[in-house]
Amino acid sequence: MTVMRAIRTSCAAALLAGLLSACATTGGGSTRDPLEPLNRAIFGFNETFDQVLLKPVAEGYRAVLPEMVRTGVTNFFSNIEDVWIAANNLLQGKPENALQDVMRVAINTVIGLGGLIDVASDAGLEKHNEDFGQTLGRWGIGSGPYIVLPFLGASTLRDGIGLFGVDYAVEPVWNLDHIPTRNTLYAGRVVNSRANALDAARVIEEAALDKYRFVRDAHLQRRRSLIYDGDPPREREPEDSSSALPAAQFTASSTPGQAAAEASGNETVVPKSDMNVLVADPAAAGATTGIAQSVHQIP
Amino acid sequence: MKRFLSLLLVVFSSLALAQDVAPDVLVKSITTEVIAIIKQDKEIQAGNPKKIADVVEKRILPHFSFARMTQIAVAVNWRRATPEQQKVLTEEFKTLLVRTYSNALSLYRDQVIDFKPLRMKPGDTEVTIRSDIKQKGAQPVTLDYDMEKTPSGWKVFDVKVSGASLIVNYREDFAAQVRESGIDGLIKVLVSKNRGAKPEKT
Repeated sequence: MTVMRAIRTSCAAALLAGLLSACATTGGGSTRDPLEPLNRAIFGFNETFDQVLLKPVAEGYRAVLPEMVRTGVTNFFSNIEDVWIAANNLLQGKPENALQDVMRVAINTVIGLGGLIDVASDAGLEKHNEDFGQTLGRWGIGSGPYIVLPFLGASTLRDGIGLFGVDYAVEPVWNLDHIPTRNTLYAGRVVNSRANALDAARVIEEAALDKYRFVRDAHLQRRRSLIYDGDPPREREPEDSSSALPAAQFTASSTPGQAAAEASGNETVVPKSDMNVLVADPAAAGATTGIAQSVHQIP
Repeated sequence: MKRFLSLLLVVFSSLALAQDVAPDVLVKSITTEVIAIIKQDKEIQAGNPKKIADVVEKRILPHFSFARMTQIAVAVNWRRATPEQQKVLTEEFKTLLVRTYSNALSLYRDQVIDFKPLRMKPGDTEVTIRSDIKQKGAQPVTLDYDMEKTPSGWKVFDVKVSGASLIVNYREDFAAQVRESGIDGLIKVLVSKNRGAKPEKT
């Protein structure tokens, strides 16, 4: 564990160093992340908040409550989410999926004891992942720059607007009139989500050279994938005209037509088509800050 | 004993046929095999990093194309690296990926892995094998393998978790390290990551 602590300290130092150098030198960064210095600062704040408060609480929560109870909590909030997911599926022109979502809510609420048991999944009604940011992406609206939100974590301009402007406005828990109940439910949801992400967070911690970049890129990739419901057209690898490797080697042939159509870089030059689909949602990085995950999972 | 024998059979048949086995069959058999090993080994379930690394090294590594993975991740800087640097980069990246894979594997509990039907045309030399990891009380996580056909059988050259490619994810990180301190700088960061961040479990 001391090793981990040392890593964390050095990560923090690296983050700080990165922030300073990013301030000192402009350019050279990712075009999708023009606000990197600011984002890094907020990321650092979120990390500290997580280490000091959220993660320990989530660990305690996981240690104290049996898995069955935690699953029940997850299912309960997931069931509430499904209503808004249905609406988003409808808005995205996917009525079959919307119908499935509605059936999920009906079955889980009635047979699954108010949503505590996910009977619908066992019955083959798959859960979907939708939110208003994805709906906007589906409508062809560009994501704008990558943004790290305080407490909430990875997002983009478009998704942030979708989240605060629409998702929260219709979110049942957030709109409860009884404030203590609302806060209790909200805290419960956040802690539960963070607890679910504990393991994934550890894997990311060990995999990343620079956690900020790792989380950002995973997030952007994940959002892109979500917009296409898990089957995005293949991106080509870096475009640099002096690219060492022949293009053919970079383009998987599994979807050749699409690959050709979409062929365009995704690193230094973000083509329009990609901007349209780079939306944000932290569920991917599950790990970033748990809050982020929970918030985005809910709408 | 019977189970052990059938496991043995799977192992040998997958090794012997690796040359001409279809990519989806290959991934499925390795998955089945590795899960069987995990389920029988209490130490692995408890997170023994050495044992897990051993499984990854013996069962999974032979089916990965690390040279290609490293080239994709290092991207445009690959050609700028000397052959010696390329060698070190590949070696260090491999170590990092093995550890990441081992960490992920140690999280395996009782998830069910469903493979989706393979979409492949005859003559394809690259293909994506898609699977869903289904877990109680959670949304399924997709796990996709990009594979290429090589003279020694199909090899994995990218792994996508929930639609995010692990290899692509390193690309910007690597590029930034190179911008900041050159290819040797990137190597240095990789080496210190690999040496410093030994498995945290004691």
